[in-house]
Amino acid sequence: MAEIKLRGVTKRFPDGTEAVKQMDLDIGDGEFMIFVGPSGCGKSTALRMIAGLEDISDGELEIGGEVVNDRAPKDRDIAMVFQSYALYPHMSVRDNIAFPLKIAGASDEEVTSKVEEAARILDLDRLLDRKPANLSGGQRQRVAMGRAIVRDPKAFLMDEPLSNLDAKLRVQMRTEVSRIQQRLGTTMVYVTHDQTEAMTLGDRVAVMRAGVLQQVDSPQKLYDHPNNLFVAGFIGSPAMNFFPARVENGRVTLPFGEAPAPAGVEASGDVIAGLRPEDFEDAEFAPEGHDNALTFDAPIVLTESMGSETYAYFTYQGGAAQSDELNELAADAGLTDLPSSGENQAVARLDPQTKAHEGATTRRWMNAGKLHLFDPHDGHNLAHGDATPATAGGRQESSPQQPVAGTNEP
Amino acid sequence: MSSAAPPQVGAAAQKPKKVGLTERGRAERKLAWMLCAPAVFVMILVTAYPIGYALVLSLREVDLRFPNEGGFAGLDNYITVLSSGLWWEVVFNTLLITVISVIIELILGMIIALVMHRAIFGRGAVRTSVLIPYGIVTVVAAFAWFYAFSPETGFVNNTFLSPDDKAWFGEKGSALTVVIFAEVWKTTPFMALLLLAGLTTIDEGLYEAARVDGASAWQRFVRITLPLMKPAIAVALLFRTLDAFRVFDSIFVMTRGAQDTQSVSILGYDQLISRLNLGLGSAVSVLIFLMVLIIAFIFVKGFGASVPGQEEGR
Amino acid sequence: MKRGTREYTIWSVGIVAIIVAALFPVFWLLMLSLKTPATVGDGRLWPKEFTFANYEALFTGGFYDSPFLRPLINSILIALIATTIAIILASFTAYAIARLNFPGKALVLAGSLAIAMFPPISVVGPLFDMWRALGIYDTYPGLIIPYLTFALPLAIYTLVAFFREIPWELEQAAAVDGATPMQAFRKVIVPLATPGMFTAAILVFIFCWNDFLFAITLTSSKEGAQTVPAALAFFTGESQFTAPTGNIAAAAILVTIPIILFVLFFQRRIVAGLTAGAVKG
Ligand SMILES: Nc1ncnc2c1ncn2[C@@H]1O[C@H](COP(=O)(O)OP(=O)(O)OP(=O)(O)O)[C@@H](O)[C@H]1O
Ligand SMILES: [Mg+2]
Repeated sequence: MAEIKLRGVTKRFPDGTEAVKQMDLDIGDGEFMIFVGPSGCGKSTALRMIAGLEDISDGELEIGGEVVNDRAPKDRDIAMVFQSYALYPHMSVRDNIAFPLKIAGASDEEVTSKVEEAARILDLDRLLDRKPANLSGGQRQRVAMGRAIVRDPKAFLMDEPLSNLDAKLRVQMRTEVSRIQQRLGTTMVYVTHDQTEAMTLGDRVAVMRAGVLQQVDSPQKLYDHPNNLFVAGFIGSPAMNFFPARVENGRVTLPFGEAPAPAGVEASGDVIAGLRPEDFEDAEFAPEGHDNALTFDAPIVLTESMGSETYAYFTYQGGAAQSDELNELAADAGLTDLPSSGENQAVARLDPQTKAHEGATTRRWMNAGKLHLFDPHDGHNLAHGDATPATAGGRQESSPQQPVAGTNEP
Repeated sequence: MSSAAPPQVGAAAQKPKKVGLTERGRAERKLAWMLCAPAVFVMILVTAYPIGYALVLSLREVDLRFPNEGGFAGLDNYITVLSSGLWWEVVFNTLLITVISVIIELILGMIIALVMHRAIFGRGAVRTSVLIPYGIVTVVAAFAWFYAFSPETGFVNNTFLSPDDKAWFGEKGSALTVVIFAEVWKTTPFMALLLLAGLTTIDEGLYEAARVDGASAWQRFVRITLPLMKPAIAVALLFRTLDAFRVFDSIFVMTRGAQDTQSVSILGYDQLISRLNLGLGSAVSVLIFLMVLIIAFIFVKGFGASVPGQEEGR
Repeated sequence: MKRGTREYTIWSVGIVAIIVAALFPVFWLLMLSLKTPATVGDGRLWPKEFTFANYEALFTGGFYDSPFLRPLINSILIALIATTIAIILASFTAYAIARLNFPGKALVLAGSLAIAMFPPISVVGPLFDMWRALGIYDTYPGLIIPYLTFALPLAIYTLVAFFREIPWELEQAAAVDGATPMQAFRKVIVPLATPGMFTAAILVFIFCWNDFLFAITLTSSKEGAQTVPAALAFFTGESQFTAPTGNIAAAAILVTIPIILFVLFFQRRIVAGLTAGAVKG
């Protein structure tokens, strides 16, 4: 068990691609750290650098207090679970799990006892003599986990370990992974592009984009206080709604009316406002006691009933939020159908008893206290400290209260 | 951010910037060359060098029966070969054998491939038995058919197919027929396996879709199988044509080139080894080499046989 | 139901026809080899009387005088040695092609392909001359070298196809499991590559076993390097007046036995090997 520290770690491929740029990150001992981000953002590359499967072009990597840049994977004492599981097809389950122990020269009794213990933890007892080809996807996944835990390594590295499983199994294995990590208390770095995994599993989540670390925080903090437009749009489903807005003298003018600006916003000028779908509600179901609420009429264009809740897509007057950042975000996050990204439409998560239906116009309530305001030029959250005036188009430094925060490329 | 980052302006245009090879890249390249070197050396030793040597020999008058004579002959050897009626007859024989056997093999091979691919049962038995002709020594196959047709030992003349006393090897037409027969028997399985390889790459879903669209079995074959197998067919034809063009073993066993049944390879052997006329024989060798080049060229250009491996030089 | 039976009948007929056509000549040779000299010319498919005399004759005279034993030994040794060397060299090359990035990769592949199409008759003259000058005419190396050359393209293409299939990620998995590169290679990659190499070896062995042209041009004696196909072609009867038919048939059956064994035991592998290299075309 150990901490992992990245200091300005950069990966440049021979063809010039910079897959990871100046990554700074401290992963604590026993912490469950998630790397999340859109496809191609460098998550796997970062993980593979920690594993030693990829050379580090620049910067320093420490595991357990030692710089390991020049160490071969075998000398880093880490275990990895691959997306494809990478089980050795010519070995039985038992031999697969025993492989790291045998390589390390463990005695026969030790191998037997540890393999059996791992098999018990993972419920593989009855499968030990099968070959990987004769296992189901979930069983293979467990064998891969078994191979990782059997050696009691300093850290587990997992690259989308659940992405080859069907939805139900994924949920089941998710709790399994979490249970095992808690039981063993081993540092874990876990790559995923599945938001639910990111939000439910991690102690902290590192959001990456185009090789740059955007924000590292606990899932709740990421959700409630996104550092910038990208994180705000990437975390959460359905995604946060964005509207054009204007701040002046501590008041925000929205397409739906006017509200006080969130605490800490000192800028003035055009901004992008963000509000999560659940911060809308039908006026008739609106919770009591919000002094910072707005109500307005919303023409519904589409409703999707999820059973426990209903998504209502409504239009509003005043044009769509426009920003290069936003367009890029939409493309990056694969959110081309982001409801508010290109047109004046927003989505609300409503009580299932709502009367909203296609074509109707209902009274809509919004919790303006949950508004986020972003700089339209570089996308940083204006509520986070040293705000540069939105109109000046300045750049933001790392916010002091965040452990690490990358800045965006323009 | 970092000072090493390229200037933003025009960075996109220079994106695939050529970065100097890393240490690892250089080592990888060196290792790869070292790994390839032995095989490449052996392959060149026995082909490129000898064919160059053959070219030299063909321009000289070398006759091992008179080792001290001989000198530069210019194109004399080529003129002798090309102006002889024998050469052209031999070329004709070879092309005849090649064309007829390859056509028959293609048709039979396709049928066998379809059977191997589709058979509801007995698939293993068919594949196993078909591999016997593929694996059997060509000379052995030639003897089997030679003895089968030969009037002294054979059963063919005892069947209704042929008159009792037909001397199959006594006359050019029938002798070549037996040669072609033996060739077809021996190499159809190879053709069938190459075609089978092509068949297995076709997505089953296409047939189901066509079925739903109401295509008959024949229509499915003509509209789906054949077009999608074009590359496999072209490769199989190329290999078999070049192989058939080199026909030697069967003729050697059956007639040794008697009754005007020589192929180009038999003629080359005759000149080089039997008559030890290295000059003339080498001219024949070089001409055969050129003809093979031409055939390969025609296939690659004309039939669009994409050479396996060409597109993978990533 | 009616359609089902009809289809079944057509398949059955087709399958039986193919099997019979493929196996019949071997059966015919076998019968021929069991005939007595007196009945060898009767043209019957089933011998009137059976004899093993033809087989015995092949081995009478022992190591020095038997007409068949030395060529058989030559054939086996030459094919085995050539196969071993070819597979080793081709594995190196195929590994480089399947796994490494280097300039000249396409050239190596194209070159091997060119050699696969090369007419051997074009080089037998020069080789005949060169080998005599070098003193390796009618020796094992004299045959092994050209066999290597012409077997290498086959081996390289087959192995490249197999090596591409190996999940090389396992090498990395082994590395994080604590294995050195050598251990990863020995314990993970070699076991996975062996089936492909074995298949390629069968194909190369069949190729070498089959050769006739080099065998008759580059050898001259059974004491030297003459192999069975060459010996068969120059077999003479026990006396000038008896045709060696029965003996040739017996010898032909004997050299076919290894092929039959290969095919029986490794049918799947051979088919996979032959089709693997061709698929990409
Ligand atoms: N060997 C390589 N050479 C050049 N570029 C590479 C190489 N490997 C990866 N890249 C590039 O580096 C970037 C990051 O890749 P990486 O595999 O880390 O993405 P990822 O975040 O894991 O994405 P995904 O979610 O799709 O797995 C991508 O743009 C990719 O194209
Ligand atoms: Mg990845």
